[in-house]
Amino acid sequence: MTGYLVRRCALSVLVILGVTVVVFILVHLLPGGPARAILGERASKQALEDFDRAYGLTKPLPAQYVIWLSHLIHGNLGYSYKLSQSVDALLVENLPRTAVLVGTSTLLAVILGVGLGVWQAVRRSHLDDYILTGWSFIFYAMPNFFLGLILIIIFSVALQWLPPLGPNGTAPLFDQLRNLVLPIATLTLPYLAFFSRYARSSVLENLVQDYVRTAKSKGVGGPRTVLRHVLPNALIPIITLVGLSLPWIISGALVTEALFNYPGMGLLFWNATQNQDYPVMVGVTLVAGTVTALGSLAADIIYAVVDPRIRYAK
Amino acid sequence: MIISGYAEPPPMLENPEGAETARSTSQLSAIVFVFSQNRMAVASAGFLIFLVLFCFVGPLIYHTDQIYVNLSAVSLPPSLHHPLGTDNNGYDELGRLMLGGQTTIEVCVTAAVLAMGLGVVYGVLAAFLGGWVDNVMMRVVDVLLAIPSLLLLLFLATIFVPNLPLLILIVASIAWLVPSRLIRGEVLSLRTREYVQAARLVGGSGVRIIVHHLIPNALGTVIVNATFQVADAVLLVAYLSFLGLGIPPPATNWGAMLSSGVNFVFAGDWWLIWPVGVAIILTVVAFNFIGDALRDALDVRLRSR
Repeated sequence: MTGYLVRRCALSVLVILGVTVVVFILVHLLPGGPARAILGERASKQALEDFDRAYGLTKPLPAQYVIWLSHLIHGNLGYSYKLSQSVDALLVENLPRTAVLVGTSTLLAVILGVGLGVWQAVRRSHLDDYILTGWSFIFYAMPNFFLGLILIIIFSVALQWLPPLGPNGTAPLFDQLRNLVLPIATLTLPYLAFFSRYARSSVLENLVQDYVRTAKSKGVGGPRTVLRHVLPNALIPIITLVGLSLPWIISGALVTEALFNYPGMGLLFWNATQNQDYPVMVGVTLVAGTVTALGSLAADIIYAVVDPRIRYAK
Repeated sequence: MIISGYAEPPPMLENPEGAETARSTSQLSAIVFVFSQNRMAVASAGFLIFLVLFCFVGPLIYHTDQIYVNLSAVSLPPSLHHPLGTDNNGYDELGRLMLGGQTTIEVCVTAAVLAMGLGVVYGVLAAFLGGWVDNVMMRVVDVLLAIPSLLLLLFLATIFVPNLPLLILIVASIAWLVPSRLIRGEVLSLRTREYVQAARLVGGSGVRIIVHHLIPNALGTVIVNATFQVADAVLLVAYLSFLGLGIPPPATNWGAMLSSGVNFVFAGDWWLIWPVGVAIILTVVAFNFIGDALRDALDVRLRSR
């Protein structure tokens, strides 16, 4: 198994390197290159050439890539001219807030989703199964911002229980808990629907297995005992699923942050796209790619630890 | 949000009778039989046919001006004259729904077809070439999948400001990743089937094996995944429009209508978002139902026991 783990970690490193290559290519796809991106559309040709020479952009591309990569490894992610701050500072400020949003939403979606899925599997073909499946489909098919809008209309406008905007960027996050509820709910619900759908079918698949029949024939067929055996087995594919869903959840977080004006990385990225602030876009993309690669690695490691078949396989 | 293709819930043994009781020897009629047993899927198919008629034939029957702004009729609530009201430019909302539907269907179906084509070619090549080439090709897919799709799309849309064909390309450039992995897995497992080994024994060339044996049998996965891709594309275009990077007016699509309606809903103009939102939801749900039913129908046929 150590061989598997070593190979898996090496793969993650490779993926992260690949992400840097892709981002590097993207920035150089711009007509005019990074110089045009940073100096703006009205910069003169002379200014662009000076910039190129000063920042070593006249060197061949592979050399530029290596230099840029060495900057990255030393923690220098660039400087945003539009916001007059280093990208590191911006990320340090915004990343924890997005981490709170994404982390809480993922946790809630997994725990509640799996619970709901198990309930649906046990209550299969009853009315509540059909109703919950129907709601799952609707939440899953709704654009994220539409769901957020409906929640705002119900909870902020009609019932006036919760404030309609996300938290303020200036005050600490945990002083504004009521502002966190709607953004987290908007991000959680679609994935809750998805995880519950998958958990339901996973549990159902296990319920028809021989070991369940054996348990029932031995007389330990009560729902609680069956679940104790079925649930761990049903959860195994969910682990991989969570790891794979991480990029989608981060994408969803971007839209949620844009809707609620939540001061996180997604909003930072979106404002950067409106202002064509490429250093920030590059920094956020790199961080997001790294986070998803690491998340996928963590999911695979947990999976390898939990699933005995992998542990004992050659 | 958008999670298609991989990790779909495995087919459940809900319609096993479909395989046993179908007496026809034709595969196609057996597939149709199992599909028709799924009422939601049949309803979805009917809905989609109605939708296409509504969007493309509708404007021929229900004439509205979708080009010239009419500032005297801005933001009117639904009435006899304007069944779904008017939007903030004075355009009739029902006509806008049809026009937006046309663009949405065109963009999403084309993007899905393009993505499937690209994904199939890539996946088959990777599976067939094998070895380190296969490894490298799949690592490239892994890397592109590691970057959250919206970040990548926004990046692309900022560099290349989209018009209609470019939007299709941009959406397809993300959507091909998951099918390529699926197809590669499918081809890898099909390669071990007896009929492929037999074809090799008789001396069939690589190209012939791919075209005559692998692709037709992988077609099931392809078609199922295509329906999910269309559903995802509808949502993806909606997100892009919401984030301000869709196609410019007077062209519109449902995503753009929904996101511009968001600005006006607090003024009480509910008709600007509910019809569009429901249309989007119904379309995505319909494609998901059809995809699920197709997967059940095709899997029962292709599952080797």
